[in-house]
Amino acid sequence: MFKYIVTGLLLVGMLGSAVSARYGQKNTIHKAIQADSGQLVYENYCLACHQEDGSGVPNLNPPLIQNEWVLGDSVRLIKVVLNGLKGVEVAGESYSNEMPSHDFLSDKDIANVLTYIRKSFGNKANAITPAMVKMQRAKK
Amino acid sequence: MKKSIILSALFGLLVNTSLLANTAPKKSSKAQKSIKLKADVDNGGLTLPKGIGALVVADGLGKARHLAVAPNGDVYVRLNKLVNGKGTVVLKDTDGDGKADQNTSFGNFLGTGIVIGNGYLYASSDTSVVRYPMKDGKIDEAAGETIVTGLEHYSEHGSKSIELDDKGHLYVTFGAPSNACQEKNRQKGSKGMDPCPILEWHGGIWQFDANKKNQKQADGVRYATGLRNVVGLDWNKQQGELYAMQHGRDQLNTMFSTLYNAEQNAELPSEEFCLVKKGSDFGWPYCYHDRFQNKKMLAPEYGGDGKIQERCEGKDQPIMAFPAHWAPNALLFYTGNLLPAKYKNGAFICFHGSWNRAPLKQGGYFVAFVPFGKNGKPSGEYEVFAEGFAGGSEIKNPNEAKARPMGLAQGPDGSLYISDSVKGKVWRVIKN
Repeated sequence: MFKYIVTGLLLVGMLGSAVSARYGQKNTIHKAIQADSGQLVYENYCLACHQEDGSGVPNLNPPLIQNEWVLGDSVRLIKVVLNGLKGVEVAGESYSNEMPSHDFLSDKDIANVLTYIRKSFGNKANAITPAMVKMQRAKK
Repeated sequence: MKKSIILSALFGLLVNTSLLANTAPKKSSKAQKSIKLKADVDNGGLTLPKGIGALVVADGLGKARHLAVAPNGDVYVRLNKLVNGKGTVVLKDTDGDGKADQNTSFGNFLGTGIVIGNGYLYASSDTSVVRYPMKDGKIDEAAGETIVTGLEHYSEHGSKSIELDDKGHLYVTFGAPSNACQEKNRQKGSKGMDPCPILEWHGGIWQFDANKKNQKQADGVRYATGLRNVVGLDWNKQQGELYAMQHGRDQLNTMFSTLYNAEQNAELPSEEFCLVKKGSDFGWPYCYHDRFQNKKMLAPEYGGDGKIQERCEGKDQPIMAFPAHWAPNALLFYTGNLLPAKYKNGAFICFHGSWNRAPLKQGGYFVAFVPFGKNGKPSGEYEVFAEGFAGGSEIKNPNEAKARPMGLAQGPDGSLYISDSVKGKVWRVIKN
């Protein structure tokens, strides 16, 4: 855990120089920073079940790679993190472990981690903003 | 794969028919007898002790769970996802080379448990146990009857493993639909319920009458409690006792990051090998086993800090403790004479393989052997019996595993059968 935090901090520290090289265009810097702090949240709260590469655990925890739950409706995705989820099929497979609510995370952390998973593991989908999370939390 | 099995089965039938039609039956039976059971050149990808080999009986069956072998050698494999609407595959080897050349299936329910005994084949879904009369290795599907029914459906630890004793009882596992009986399951900061209401109907092994139809859970007896999730269990005929493998809890560090770090979570708690007596209490959810201290410790949801025992002092101890999260999904006491004598009456255990040992590498993904003494306790350390299932030297994420050992069964000749949950491979382990 400590290692992850240190790695994460190093990553954040290196962002200024690394980001433009990594993402090419300067106007994407903000989103890149969001995704990298999202990686920290991912490592702390998501990785144990969904795995480092987002591949999940067969029959227990669903993958976060190329499926509609991650790439599709952002409202539904935000609700999964806020409310938790159990007993649904993902891409035709069932998964038995329950995902707990993560409503203790801040709007910013949730936005960052969702942006991270929507842009990692081969996924390409729009970023999630803290305002979008805030709106769903208010409806809860 | 399945198509090719069916095709080869059809081809086999054609060959047999033509032999019978054109030559004397004597010759064909002689030709069949000349085919010998032998291990595959690569032992089906497994690494085994010297003098022991393996052959692949069948592959591509689906998400295989437990399996059982009938007295005539037919292999029955339960599936966790229906294939062509069926949940149990029957593998038949008609020419004696060990490879299945007939593959049929029956039963429209998925699930884990299967056991043959008492003149019946018993199979479980997550909500019931049914049985079929068995004669000469064949079941009468139309004569199937429900033994246990109406069980609550839940997904987490919801699979039902089953076992028979030699006194007319059926044992059914009821895993807890929970990690640690928190008010909100797996929710950081949520308290452990005290007393834990889940234990009334889950988190234990229930005993039923093996011959009585339509029993509800309340008709059974809670034989043992404090067992979070048992998938592998076996009745030891020599001892006349039930043994079970307990899956220890998850997420000590993500729930309690100030008490446990990731490395500690990777090593705690133990996966427990339990001698289960009537009335046993192994302590879940209040307690977990720490193999370094060799004690049951108070769980952090109940005020524990990794050092104090409190109410856990008197809980039943495992007879052997394994590293955390290896997922022991099958247990089999070997009573055959085919494998070397050292294996007789010892225990084989399938470790399905871990997923939550990050940042350490994952563990398990092999079949272990534990030698037993006459007192019904392990007489030495465990050893790796069969490995190589996963395919790579190091598994970081369980999806990388090409195969994961899931079920164990003993054949009438003493062969040891192993099922795989990824693609549905079945190995037969024999003397080389």
